[in-house]
Amino acid sequence: MSDIRFTDQHEWVRVDGDIATIGITDYAQEQLGDVVYVELPEIGKTIEAGDEAAVVESVKAASEVYTPVSGEVIDVNSDIEATPAGVNEDAMGDGWFVKLRMSDPAEFEKLMDENAYKEFVEGLH
Amino acid sequence: MSEPAVASDKLKTTPLHALHVELGAKMVPFAGYDMPVQYPDGVLAEHLHTRGAAGLFDVSHMGQAFLTGPDHETTARAVEALTPGDIRDLAPGAIRYTLLLNDKGGIRDDLMVTRTLTDGVLFLVVNAACTDADFAHIAANLPSGVALERLEDRALIALQGPKAAEVFARFASEAATQSFMTARDLSVAGVPCMVSRSGYTGEDGYEISIPAKDAAALTKKLLAEPEAKPIGLGARDSLRLEAGLCLYGHDIDETTTPIEAALGWAIGKRRRAEANFPGAKIILGQISNGAPRKRVGLLPEDKAPAREGTEIFAGSNRIGIVTSGGYGPSVGGPIAMGYVDTGAAKPGTAVELLVRGKGRAARVAAMPFVEKRFYRGN
Repeated sequence: MSDIRFTDQHEWVRVDGDIATIGITDYAQEQLGDVVYVELPEIGKTIEAGDEAAVVESVKAASEVYTPVSGEVIDVNSDIEATPAGVNEDAMGDGWFVKLRMSDPAEFEKLMDENAYKEFVEGLH
Repeated sequence: MSEPAVASDKLKTTPLHALHVELGAKMVPFAGYDMPVQYPDGVLAEHLHTRGAAGLFDVSHMGQAFLTGPDHETTARAVEALTPGDIRDLAPGAIRYTLLLNDKGGIRDDLMVTRTLTDGVLFLVVNAACTDADFAHIAANLPSGVALERLEDRALIALQGPKAAEVFARFASEAATQSFMTARDLSVAGVPCMVSRSGYTGEDGYEISIPAKDAAALTKKLLAEPEAKPIGLGARDSLRLEAGLCLYGHDIDETTTPIEAALGWAIGKRRRAEANFPGAKIILGQISNGAPRKRVGLLPEDKAPAREGTEIFAGSNRIGIVTSGGYGPSVGGPIAMGYVDTGAAKPGTAVELLVRGKGRAARVAAMPFVEKRFYRGN
């Protein structure tokens, strides 16, 4: 079972060992609408929790994707650069944005778990 | 990922509000109205549907009014006192795009003026956000004998796209051969409407002014046709941007002149000779000597959209700013418009757009970004 956490900015982080995969939630992709452009960081870049990790744009507007954990970018999803609609199709899976090698795994533990995020989203309506 | 929370308490609604909700629209505040930004299909699909078939838009938030005087000459002169358009020479039933100007030649609003078939009566349609200011300005400047009557009990819808004429003819057969930029009083499925062959998408189509009480039923009938789908404000914006059309408050405002905005074609030849419209001295000076800046199209060379407010550079010189920008679904890539120094306004000129701190190559481009497909007769 993979361990997943969420932020109040609608990012998700899934952890496998010290590797964190980051994406936006299904709620976020639905709010954004059709994703038409994604800008991803350079591999090798070090980013701190709260930094901008990527940009996601719909027809209407651009939004930042912030990394909830610190670390070094070890991979980016070039599939969604080529086909941004992939974010809408599978935001929680194949539509991931960035993989980081975490420098402080404790950051992960402070984030919302699935139930807490679900409650948070329900509270937005 | 964050979106501003908005209270929708004090927003006005159009006669089609309940229908939008029933159709599953995402409603947002726009110009004081609770309006559909998109339906479940989404902006991209709605945009492409309009270019491929027929899109139906609620534009009831726009301001409608009759301006009534003793005869056409008198009413037309009242409008000409505030605009550079040739209104006196409008044929009965013809529509003209014109501009309300301030004394410095800046644009207070852009509007459509229709010479109705009733002598002395002009029909005006102005932007939602400007309605109160426009109508107050017009009313305050009317000669005696000419009166402005706001039409607040009417809806306004637009049916746009290559199938719009075919769909609409099923309800009003006379509309099929109606010329571009003309208006007629027609019975549409039995409802008395004012039908204009015009729009804001670059496509053929109609704008239909409907008594409020009949608006929802008639709109439902149009939407029951297989080619027609409801389209929200999101796609309305991407469609007009691809068509190179200005959005008031963004691409034109009180600080931009018609010449800077590349709207010189809206200044009538006779009006130039008469030189008697607001700001005429400044505007005619710019026609003779050139304006310092010009509205142009911009095509980014990579895939990153350049949004409103993006700075435009030539080398290290800041030469302008993007006033509308985003993704053009029919273009299949980013498009923008903005103002640049006139020296850089020629199509093909290489510029850089500063997006998120990074200069990105773009070229000045001719507009529209898509081919216009207005009705020009059979």
